[in-house]
Amino acid sequence: MEKYETHTHDVIVIGAGGAGLRAAIEASAQGASVGLVCKSLLGKAHTVMAEGGVAAALANVDTKDDWKTHFHDTMHGGKMLNNWRMAQLHAQEAPDRVKELEHWGALFDRTKDGKIMQRAFGGHTWKRLAHVGDRTGLEMIRTLQDRGIHSGMEVYMECTITHLLKDGERISGAFGYWRESGRFVLFKTKTVIIATGGIGKAYKVTSNSWEYTGDGQALAYEAGADLIDMEFVQFHPTGMVWPPSVRGILVTEAVRGEGGLLTNRNGERFMEKYDPERMELSTRDVVARSIYTEVMEGRGSPHGGAYLDISHRGADYVKKKLPSMYHQFMEFAEIDITKEPMEVFPTTHYIMGGIRVDADTAGSTVPGLFAAGEAAGGMHGANRLGGNSLSDLLVFGRRAGLGAAQYANELRDNALKIDDVELEKAAREMTRPFENAEGENPYTVHQALQEAMGAYIGVFRTREKISDGIEEIQVLKDRASQLRIEGSRMFNPGWHLCKDLKSMLIVSEAIARCALQREESRGAHSRVDFPKYDDEKWGRVNSVISKENGNMKIGTSPLPQIPEELRKIVEGGHK
Amino acid sequence: MAVVKMRLYRGDSNGGAEKEYEVPLEEGMVVLDAIHFIQANYDGDLAVRWNCKAAKCGSCSAEINGMPKLTCKTRLDTLPLDKPVTVYPIKTFPIIKDLVTDVSWNYKVRKTIPPFTPAKDTKWVMYQEDVERGQEFRKCIECFLCQDVCHILRNHDKKNEFIGPRMLIKIAELEMHPLDTLDRKEFLRDQAGIGYCNITKCCTEVCPEHIHITDNAIIPLKERVADTYFDPLQWLLEKFKGSPKQ
Ligand SMILES: Cc1cc2nc3c(=O)[nH]c(=O)nc-3n(C[C@H](O)[C@H](O)[C@H](O)COP(=O)(O)OP(=O)(O)OC[C@H]3O[C@@H](n4cnc5c(N)ncnc54)[C@H](O)[C@@H]3O)c2cc1C
Ligand code: SF4
Ligand code: SF4
Ligand code: FES
Repeated sequence: MEKYETHTHDVIVIGAGGAGLRAAIEASAQGASVGLVCKSLLGKAHTVMAEGGVAAALANVDTKDDWKTHFHDTMHGGKMLNNWRMAQLHAQEAPDRVKELEHWGALFDRTKDGKIMQRAFGGHTWKRLAHVGDRTGLEMIRTLQDRGIHSGMEVYMECTITHLLKDGERISGAFGYWRESGRFVLFKTKTVIIATGGIGKAYKVTSNSWEYTGDGQALAYEAGADLIDMEFVQFHPTGMVWPPSVRGILVTEAVRGEGGLLTNRNGERFMEKYDPERMELSTRDVVARSIYTEVMEGRGSPHGGAYLDISHRGADYVKKKLPSMYHQFMEFAEIDITKEPMEVFPTTHYIMGGIRVDADTAGSTVPGLFAAGEAAGGMHGANRLGGNSLSDLLVFGRRAGLGAAQYANELRDNALKIDDVELEKAAREMTRPFENAEGENPYTVHQALQEAMGAYIGVFRTREKISDGIEEIQVLKDRASQLRIEGSRMFNPGWHLCKDLKSMLIVSEAIARCALQREESRGAHSRVDFPKYDDEKWGRVNSVISKENGNMKIGTSPLPQIPEELRKIVEGGHK
Repeated sequence: MAVVKMRLYRGDSNGGAEKEYEVPLEEGMVVLDAIHFIQANYDGDLAVRWNCKAAKCGSCSAEINGMPKLTCKTRLDTLPLDKPVTVYPIKTFPIIKDLVTDVSWNYKVRKTIPPFTPAKDTKWVMYQEDVERGQEFRKCIECFLCQDVCHILRNHDKKNEFIGPRMLIKIAELEMHPLDTLDRKEFLRDQAGIGYCNITKCCTEVCPEHIHITDNAIIPLKERVADTYFDPLQWLLEKFKGSPKQ
């Protein structure tokens, strides 16, 4: 095998978004030697794009708020499929995690009395989202980045992990390549924390960046970990529609949080029909389906969307509270949102499902493998509330850092082995596309996958469509096994895509198989052929994906039992 | 369908040349769309950085028709299309490949900036008017276009002496944080080399976040440094008062 470089750490964190950074900071604070690996430059992870805010029951604006109400809202938003323990820890710990950011230098918008400002968001009973205008993610990632670089961790930027290695059942290494040189690198480590984010690039219309190829979910699956609830893909109700170049780019929910109104081509506030009580601030699954239905039934705007109007709040207010939306529409669409409505349509945004983890330690079903953030499953159930991701990253990022450091500490003198055969296999898999004289362009296969996922496993699903989708994915798997690329290994996006595509195919298949199995509609998963909740059967189980004898196995497992006192909170009104 | 001619720099540290491509023009298309089209249809190994495609992450900086810009924010219909659109990597940093440069220096110097340091017994109360100045600087998406255009780095290559406008606003942000207690004036004068800046304002002009780098950050910082180090009376006063920050 060709020469490769080796680094040794107690904890390798894959991903430098909010979850990865927070995990790395915590593990470092516990005295572990930490390596933080990310595909992009530091500070460019998806978290940087988050706009609306971070949800925490600080009760600065609505003083009646408390963790119980946040917990209640989260469980209802998730249609009771959430891991109750995660939802509880999240609601209880989010306020401290947000305040901690402030102690590390973050400058949130303020209330009149000098506290952190909070805004309304869909599905949240009270004004709960701490924010900085509409660039909350940037504030969060910079704060964590600043804290992180002074915490003693090693940062490996523009380095992609392609394989996890095990010593028997335990994690012992992570293998990958430097994007810049294409050379291989091996991290010997006692633990790996996966914080790689989501899967949106498997779809054509998405708010997600090139990084969202489901690498972490695929790595965990290949290493033998369970994935749960992969059918729950969140289609954010408001993506940009026009011009084509920006189709799918997010229009933050903060627009509705600040009073934005949705109307159809006839000027009707159509949310009256779908959720008269909460209207525009209904949960995302409901708003997305409503917009979709309006457009499909012929009441859409000229470019096939709904109108979203914030102009009645006045130009000064809009520019102050939604500055990046103002610029986004001005520059990309030549629309002045202080004067005219936007056109919006659902866009693939987030995956609720992911790696199955223990709520308290973030440990997966593989010893030494942890997961946090969007890559992990369970916290959000069948539908995530806006703002609950950023808080999730902080709460479970920290817990993953703690869990991994503790595990590594207990393993202190245990020398783990790297399996040379596996290592060589990994390297060979990576170099193969250069050897293929014939084969397809990876970009073409990627586009075909994106079309298929949108067409077969989109907002509304049926058995026929999903089955067609699964067939198509099998065909694409074959096509992806014969790819041909040009150029050298130096910074070669075509080559990078070959492996990313494999990850996307794994998560796409997982999404499709879970979607086919769950014969009900719940949260973000809408089956036209099973339009109702089936609480008796499907309300009691998580979907589970695992790898068995080289094949994808689909099944279910019972939901963790919620304790009585928490059930009461969920069932109570809590206003 | 209308086509646009794109001339991209292709090469690495050993040299390279422009290569011309024809790309079909769609309404609202940005330069990054054209680059993606080229990747998918002509040269799959064309190296370019991008993430958000919404002017939020600062990954996609390049020099378009000689102007430092974000490729994801530059609409083709704002450029003269009767001649080819040229796209080059930012010049101030060493090229890795095609449009990708080695910007690691920025991360290295950033680490040397003394971090946020609140007092032990801080009561975390801040008012909107107190945080607004810092918030302006914290809009920075680290695209490094200001670093690219600053002549002290670009033409004089003073990377050992001057940390550049991006890093100066980072310091300004910390210095103007209402609850920070550290004094970075010596750092500003010595390691940061603030004296090199001769206020040409080129950095402010290219900033995609419209941060008033020179007026709101560099000039006030220069004044602080000047007051402390060149005004003996001020210097004495601060020495006795223990240098409170405003
Ligand atoms: C436009 C937009 C707006 C949003 N607004 C909000 C909001 O207002 N509130 C809210 O709560 N949520 C919001 N979200 C959701 C939220 O931002 C994300 O869910 C969250 O940031 C994910 O964080 P993360 O830490 O899990 O992953 P990310 O921040 O995506 O980080 C993933 C990291 O993993 C790395 N990585 C991936 N694969 C590999 C690999 N193979 N090898 C090495 N590194 C790898 C990447 O380089 C990156 O560093 C928004 C999302 C989008 C897209
Ligand atoms: S104003 Fe100063 S920092 Fe900005 S470009 Fe000019 S010399 Fe450089
Ligand atoms: S200050 Fe402006 S130009 Fe400079 S790095 Fe930040 S966003 Fe870019
Ligand atoms: S791709 Fe993020 S700023 Fe251009």
